[in-house]
Amino acid sequence: MLRELGAKNVQIPFSRKLWDINWGFVLLICATASVGFLMLYSAANGNLEPWASRQMIRFGAGLILMFMVSLVDIRIWLNLAYPAYFVALVLLGAVEVMGDIGMGARRWIDLGPFQLQPSEVMKIALILALARYFHNIGLEDVRRIRWLVPPLLLVLLPAALVLRQPDLGTALMLVAGAGIVFFVAGVRLWKFALLVGTAIPAGFFAFQFMHEYQQKRILTFLNPENDPLGAGYHILQSKIALGSGGVFGKGLLQGTQSHLNYLPEMRTDFIFSMLAEEFGMVGGLLLFALYILLIAYGYAIAYRSRNHFGKLLAIGMTGIFFLYIFINVAMVMGMVPVVGVPLPLISYGGTAMLTLMIGFGLIMSVYIHRDIDIPGKR
Amino acid sequence: MAKDQHKEKGRVFSRRALMMAGGQVMLMSALAGRLYYLQVIHSDEYSMMADENRMNLRLLPPLRGRIVDRFGVEIASNRHNYRVVLIPEQTTSVEATLDELARYVPPESIDRERVLNDVKRKRSFVPIPVVDNLTWDQFARINVNAPDLPGIQVDVGSTRDYPYSNLFAHIVGYVGAVSEKDLQDQEYDPLLELPEFRIGKSGIEKYYDQTLRGKAGLSRLEANAYGRIIRELNRKEGVPGNDAVLTIDKQLQDFAVRRMGEESAAAVVIDIHSGDILSMVSVPSFDPNAFAGGISTAEWKELVENPKRPLGNKAVAGQYPPGSTFKMIVALAALESGVITADHEVFCGGHTQLGKHRFHCWKRGGHGTLKLEDAISQSCDIYFYDIARKVGVDKIAEMAHRFGLGEKLGIDMLGERAGLIPTKAWKQAVQGVSWQLGETYNTGIGQGYVLTTPLQLAVMTARLANGGKKVTPRLVRSVTGETRDGAVRPPSDQEMANRDIGISQSSLKTVLSGMNKVVNGPRGSARAAKIHIEGWEMAGKTGTAQVRRISRKERIEGVRKSDEKPWEERDHALFVGYAPYDDPRYAVSVIIEHGGSGSGAAAPIARDLLQETLRLDPLRRPSYDIAIRRPAGGEDA
Repeated sequence: MLRELGAKNVQIPFSRKLWDINWGFVLLICATASVGFLMLYSAANGNLEPWASRQMIRFGAGLILMFMVSLVDIRIWLNLAYPAYFVALVLLGAVEVMGDIGMGARRWIDLGPFQLQPSEVMKIALILALARYFHNIGLEDVRRIRWLVPPLLLVLLPAALVLRQPDLGTALMLVAGAGIVFFVAGVRLWKFALLVGTAIPAGFFAFQFMHEYQQKRILTFLNPENDPLGAGYHILQSKIALGSGGVFGKGLLQGTQSHLNYLPEMRTDFIFSMLAEEFGMVGGLLLFALYILLIAYGYAIAYRSRNHFGKLLAIGMTGIFFLYIFINVAMVMGMVPVVGVPLPLISYGGTAMLTLMIGFGLIMSVYIHRDIDIPGKR
Repeated sequence: MAKDQHKEKGRVFSRRALMMAGGQVMLMSALAGRLYYLQVIHSDEYSMMADENRMNLRLLPPLRGRIVDRFGVEIASNRHNYRVVLIPEQTTSVEATLDELARYVPPESIDRERVLNDVKRKRSFVPIPVVDNLTWDQFARINVNAPDLPGIQVDVGSTRDYPYSNLFAHIVGYVGAVSEKDLQDQEYDPLLELPEFRIGKSGIEKYYDQTLRGKAGLSRLEANAYGRIIRELNRKEGVPGNDAVLTIDKQLQDFAVRRMGEESAAAVVIDIHSGDILSMVSVPSFDPNAFAGGISTAEWKELVENPKRPLGNKAVAGQYPPGSTFKMIVALAALESGVITADHEVFCGGHTQLGKHRFHCWKRGGHGTLKLEDAISQSCDIYFYDIARKVGVDKIAEMAHRFGLGEKLGIDMLGERAGLIPTKAWKQAVQGVSWQLGETYNTGIGQGYVLTTPLQLAVMTARLANGGKKVTPRLVRSVTGETRDGAVRPPSDQEMANRDIGISQSSLKTVLSGMNKVVNGPRGSARAAKIHIEGWEMAGKTGTAQVRRISRKERIEGVRKSDEKPWEERDHALFVGYAPYDDPRYAVSVIIEHGGSGSGAAAPIARDLLQETLRLDPLRRPSYDIAIRRPAGGEDA
């Protein structure tokens, strides 16, 4: 329908953009976020205060931000990709210098009224920068190693800084998210195989230099029941919550593990365990269905985009979204070590919510500007 | 070219995106599979673990069964214990609350240091006991002023109470906290783990502990991860313990204890037909309430160091030479074995010679010529040296055992002692030397190695008076209510049915006649202790047991009167008796440690005990268990 717009320098009228907002996508986002409100309502023993209401306000703000991001022309995002990356990198460097101590690790910059977490900004900026880079180079170049050096540096620099904070979870997330972009950009598969082949021994090597709590987390993951009141307590209690939920769950507000405080961090990282305890496997699978639909939208939008930047950006953002879900759920079910990754749209917390909503905004921007053709540099 | 490359780029992207999607679908399937694994396959296990997490089982201790006398008077019962507990999180300041509390209870009853220590150690919602055993007045005042005492709560516990204090201390015993040893010795019962649980430590409380204990109730509570109780899920009340009905008559017991006064003494009153013990006294005694509440070191030391041994139950565990009360056994042994007849005569000149040894009669001038009946009534020692020699120690021992001496009688109480009846074989085995004839002489007058308990002497007398029936003593008549498994029941009436011990009636008649003359004859050794009520006449036998040999020098200088010697060197005074003589019903044994003579110290007490027993006549009044059994079972007494 908008084929005729597929020219350079074409501007889409604002009314057209509004009309083109993917409302099905928005509806799915709202539905998923509502599941989160319900769980936070339950976590407060049937009260909107203090968590559900605040989360709603954040979500509302996030929704506005998402629309704003989606309406900005995708070429502007393309142009902003590198500057945004640079700013994020500088901020990450800044936490090294002036970051506040939080949770035993330096992750925050105090900006007066609110605190900024540069690693979250970097998640988006990195995908933007990589999408721009691979948009600009041709397929031939992608397959040459020397053209892979700059994007690898783009990844490793922030990853190293985040690892120094230290925040293993986010560092892995950056690397994995970048990996997705590398993958769909068409980097040769044997290169990935080589990377994995070297990463595993390197991982063992890195283990020696990890903080004790990080080592402990990994060791505990390998055998959580070994130490039920110590470090394995969280995983074990989470599995008890899940398992005791059964097929249909114990009912809203009836979760004993969550409401009697046996389940740790039930508002944030372990909120899925609470959901699965109260609504059972049925509730868990329904949430999976919502997530899968959202991811499918992401893929469809990427497919529909005529410009490569949009394709890479949509897949990259969808990939980050998927990683959040997978790592969090696999963690609470005891399949991967405990890393502090929230469940997207559900877990209580503002920073991750903001990152996600910007990500969704970018995906929607890709959709709205799907027919704009952006030629690569070469 | 650029266009182609652009198209190729798109194709590669689509291919890779599809692979990526495939990978993500696989990972999502893995999550769903894991969900199925946890929530369907292992759901039951995790549900159980969730319940284990939140459920807190709390045992509800059952009310301990009461111990009542044969007419239902409570000897051991449960008293409300009003307590003050403090819940630190509900106070604004623990110190200030304790200060405020001190206005309602005596300040010295609050152990501030312990309370503050507990506050520090325990979680802030755990109630900490502050004051125990409030009076009703204090309890009420604290209740009324509850608004001024935030964090203070009053609750009601249960404490064992012995309203008659020292009257029944040795019979009923007392309860106490469970010791490590109790935990090892007893069959496992979760109740034993409760810090406030009390179990029987001695007497009936211990022997019938399982019966009195009852069954624990169970309260299932829901607790959160910090141990705070959220609510009670359900509750199964326990079964209170059974009541034990004693054979004792409280009124008689009361009389007996008062009659014994300050002596160190023991007495047993027994029904000669049923074996019911109507009174069992061991004085001095102690207050079992002190043990139930926890006894101070000073009090304990005083009890242990008292030379009159208040903690020991002399009636079943005190072993004394029976002295002349043993002469009935010697007489029956001689008569039944046919070595003498009732008409056998012996001349008593005050002493008799055996080798280099001279054996004396208690009467220095001698009794002259005596037959058996008079030898019993005047307690002539020479006569019994003679017949003991004739019959031999082993026959005497055999007869003693038939009357329950030298063995445990199996009374329903712990700590019973067997006493000692010597035989030739015994001496050979224990001392490795052969028996001397002189020792037979000593045995003939109940001295030497012979040891008996007051309970055994009472049973012996009962078996004499009931015509040679094997009566067994018991302290508990019955237990009310359902009995739990493994609980002890008192012997039934059936089991108490008397068996004949095979003594000829003519021999018995001679001995009983002698016992009659002891009290009612003109020359009887206890003629001063007659019962002057017609039809209630008492028969019996005095005994004076030497604690220490009388030396030759002392004999020459003249035997000192008993009250001239230091207390612990004086003779034990004994008396066994029964009444009424014509129609015997009750038997009694009395021993006064270092009381001097049996006729002077023991006989009057025995007389008073029997007379009071006959006056109260407990066997003719309906007992408690029969009274309460009748409406339920319709069973006839």
